Amino acid sequence: MALVELRNVHKSFQRDTQVIEVFENLTLDVAERSFTALMGPSGSGKSTLLNLIAGLDRPTSGTITVAGAKVNAMPPTALAAWRARHIGFVFQSYNLLPVLTAFQNVELPLLLAPLSRKQRDERVRIALGVVGLDDRLQHYPRQLSGGQEQRVAIARAIVSDPTLILLDEPTGQLDKRAAEEVLALLQRLNSELHKTIIIVTHDAHAAEKAKQVLHLEKGVLAA
Amino acid sequence: MKIPFVYNLRSIGQRPVSTAMTALGVSLVVAVFVAMLALANGFRAALVKTGSPGNVIVLRRGAASEMESGISRESERLIAADPRIATGAAGRPLVSPEVFVVINIPRAVGEGVNNVVARGVNDEAFAVRNIHIVAGRKFESGRSEIIIGKKIVPRFAHTAIGDTLRFATRDWLVVGHFEAGGSALESEVWGENEQFMPVFRGEVFQSVILRLTDPAAFDDLKRALEGDQRLTVQAQRESAFYAGQSTVLTRILTFLAVMITSVMAVGAVFGAVNTMYAAVSSRTPEIAVLLTLGFPPRSVLASFLAESAAIAFLGGVAGGLLALPINGIVTSTTNWNSFSEVAFAFRVTPGLLVGGVIFAVVMGVVGGFFPAWRAARLQVVQALR
Ligand SMILES: Nc1ncnc2c1ncn2[C@@H]1O[C@H](COP(=O)(O)OP(=O)(O)O)[C@@H](O)[C@H]1O
Ligand SMILES: [Mg+2]
Repeated sequence: MALVELRNVHKSFQRDTQVIEVFENLTLDVAERSFTALMGPSGSGKSTLLNLIAGLDRPTSGTITVAGAKVNAMPPTALAAWRARHIGFVFQSYNLLPVLTAFQNVELPLLLAPLSRKQRDERVRIALGVVGLDDRLQHYPRQLSGGQEQRVAIARAIVSDPTLILLDEPTGQLDKRAAEEVLALLQRLNSELHKTIIIVTHDAHAAEKAKQVLHLEKGVLAA
Repeated sequence: MKIPFVYNLRSIGQRPVSTAMTALGVSLVVAVFVAMLALANGFRAALVKTGSPGNVIVLRRGAASEMESGISRESERLIAADPRIATGAAGRPLVSPEVFVVINIPRAVGEGVNNVVARGVNDEAFAVRNIHIVAGRKFESGRSEIIIGKKIVPRFAHTAIGDTLRFATRDWLVVGHFEAGGSALESEVWGENEQFMPVFRGEVFQSVILRLTDPAAFDDLKRALEGDQRLTVQAQRESAFYAGQSTVLTRILTFLAVMITSVMAVGAVFGAVNTMYAAVSSRTPEIAVLLTLGFPPRSVLASFLAESAAIAFLGGVAGGLLALPINGIVTSTTNWNSFSEVAFAFRVTPGLLVGGVIFAVVMGVVGGFFPAWRAARLQVVQALR
């Protein structure tokens, strides 16, 4: 059984009188420990797909299973708790709360777990160490570069050791070098720490780093 | 489960101007609230202080105030014979049969006259009521002399020692000023009961005040006096009587305080609503991140409510500080139970300050509710587009 299974997923948005069909019948398997890049033109439904897997949105019909849990059928409160436990999510921008330090930002997901202060402290340091920012614990987001901010966001996505890490164009706002660093980090998370990763990207070069590339075109997947 | 409060505190610090404006609105409401209740408080305290629990006031049965009461000389003699009454230095029972009338005397400043209580007492009254002469001397028996409570000395004309005050078609020489522990008695004019009796209401006292040897004997005394067939009187502890004399005005003042501050509070709450809506909409991406991380909507709700409450709390503390200087300032009003002037001091108590801060926090929570509700119900997918 694949870690992520989408079966006959149909997703449409209603905007006023207009109905936008994003996926009409989508089926997808993502294996554990895989590193998948999701490419496709703007508006093809990449973000919608990540949101569905993370339980941030619901399919119109069809089933979505992540690590055995039926995400599409979970009640909202259970979904929040489930997401805290199983999903690490990184957006293109605005990932960090500007008034909290790097340390405090990374600590946030751990506040939802039954951990002591000392345990949290330890894990935050490890996570920031993994992304190479253990010397920036007390820095605020505005004191960090764009690439560093995204690395802090990745540290936060891995700190509670989730089942699945989802990134929606995490390098979209970064210059080439910073993007390289982030991609190298993701590669390392996958190969060394065996994290399952799905990344949405526009950049073919970025997609090369992944083990598997999927193309999404008008709601239809092609390898 | 909680979103750390430091997130809210620092966010508040990010917008000092709008925070200060909102807190200022709340602080004004709290200041008015505290000030008005301090007024009611001070008035009540002055009257409550007037009564001592060891003293008993005897009135005609059914009389709600001294003004409505009347007690004959024979009744007074029967009452004064009760063995439970304490004895004074001279070996005489500590009983003061008193004449109570309201007179009009001219104000010190401006035109017009005001109602003031004139009380005719005997020599024992000074011991029974714990009165001290602060200037001049006591009135002498058999003379047309008066002494003035120190709180009204500055408020009325012809109240200096040596002055002559005219009322009840007679001239009265002011021979002294007295104090009575800050009580409402300090707003009265005192003379000898035998002098006041003929010029006012004839051969009758209005009340008899007595001091018990043992305050616990009150119930026995009450039963004895009220059960005596020769008397038609009622006995009350003096403290309870004076507390009762403050109820009408205290209720009105409290009602006004609540009315006025409620109206003002609506304004302050709208200020909080505005500020918090602005905060929520400018922090939409942050809320989306918190919800994505798995913080449940109720944590987001609690977080923004706490933020609004924190701003209001600052306002509440500021409002209390704003109102604090009025503590002790002397003012005066007409007591609506006796229709006479009572001077008293504003009383800002710790309880009142705590009440003001609680009121502020309630305003914050009410004002923050709908914005916080909107934050909690944010749809992440919409917010991120
Ligand atoms: N909340 C929404 N309401 C209405 N339409 C939406 C919503 N989210 C996405 N869409 C539409 O669905 C399509 C896919 O959007 P999206 O998944 O964001 O594409 P991508 O991330 O590949 O650029 C687009 O046509 C977009 O306009
Ligand atoms: Mg997108």
